[in-house]
Amino acid sequence: MNFLVRAKQRVSKFLNAFFRKKRSKIGIYGPPNAGKTTLANRIVRDWTGDAVGPVSEIPHETRRARRKTDITITGANGSSVIIDIVDTPGVTTKIDYNEFLEYGLEKEEAIKRAREATEGVAEAMHWLRDDIDGVIYMLDATQDPFMQVNIMMIGIIESRKLPVIIVANKIDLPDAAPQRIRSAFPQHPVIPISGLEGSNVEELYEKMTDMFG
Amino acid sequence: MIQGVQIDFLSAERLDRLTMMEKIRLILDDVRAGTIVVLEKGLLPEEQSKLIELTMMEIKPDGFSGIELETYPAKSGNEGIGGFFSRLVGKKPESRLTVIGPANQIKTLKKNQDLISAWVSSR
Repeated sequence: MNFLVRAKQRVSKFLNAFFRKKRSKIGIYGPPNAGKTTLANRIVRDWTGDAVGPVSEIPHETRRARRKTDITITGANGSSVIIDIVDTPGVTTKIDYNEFLEYGLEKEEAIKRAREATEGVAEAMHWLRDDIDGVIYMLDATQDPFMQVNIMMIGIIESRKLPVIIVANKIDLPDAAPQRIRSAFPQHPVIPISGLEGSNVEELYEKMTDMFG
Repeated sequence: MIQGVQIDFLSAERLDRLTMMEKIRLILDDVRAGTIVVLEKGLLPEEQSKLIELTMMEIKPDGFSGIELETYPAKSGNEGIGGFFSRLVGKKPESRLTVIGPANQIKTLKKNQDLISAWVSSR
């Protein structure tokens, strides 16, 4: 596995030296618990051998936007793109600390988590307005894609004229229905993956070189 | 006094007279006071983005916990001959009726292309 990572890095550096491109900041956006950090970790691990941040089943584990710079991704066709990955907190219009108590957190810890989460969402919206060149919009393929926050976020991304790839994540789960996501957002490319198991991420990398290059 | 919930219906004309920040302030002040706000014409994407950001900044433990917002999906206007001309002149998708309320008082029961069904409780 390490051999593969090293080989990818060498090929990327080689191609990069010949075809130097501008670096794009790609934000991974989506509702809480869609698998944004899992995907960010996978991308960073696959192409640099590093990681971005911890994952958890408790919503709002990521409460600060985290950036990993200078990642060169090479598609199967040999084209490459240099990106900074920005893993953002899950976007929502409501946060109640009582929700975290159900996961066994103490009240004080839950309030702290809620406060940090609100700051994180505001920060993510700020990044989207000013600092992002392209978006990977993550959706949990077992959930209803028509949730208002998704409709709003896709509208906001479209109004900024940013290139967007919609990722239908968690296809390893039996209830996953990526086709529902395709029907909801027919105007954008939808790539079904399992960020956890890594299935079909090669297709995503290929699409990233197409869209963000 | 009879218990109940106040609902404000804001006309498109009234909304057009307001700046982005005036609109967002009006919505957030009303919703924080427990009022349900119905906009005849929805918010622009930039206004939605700012509304989410400001909502987050006003959430307090055991107080305001955010907003519930529902709107009909925008009509893209990209279909048929009319759609062709809309695309040609760069016409933006039309925003539509929008309902906004306090997250702890309003819950969406059902939503599709032409129906929003919501349940509202008093404080």
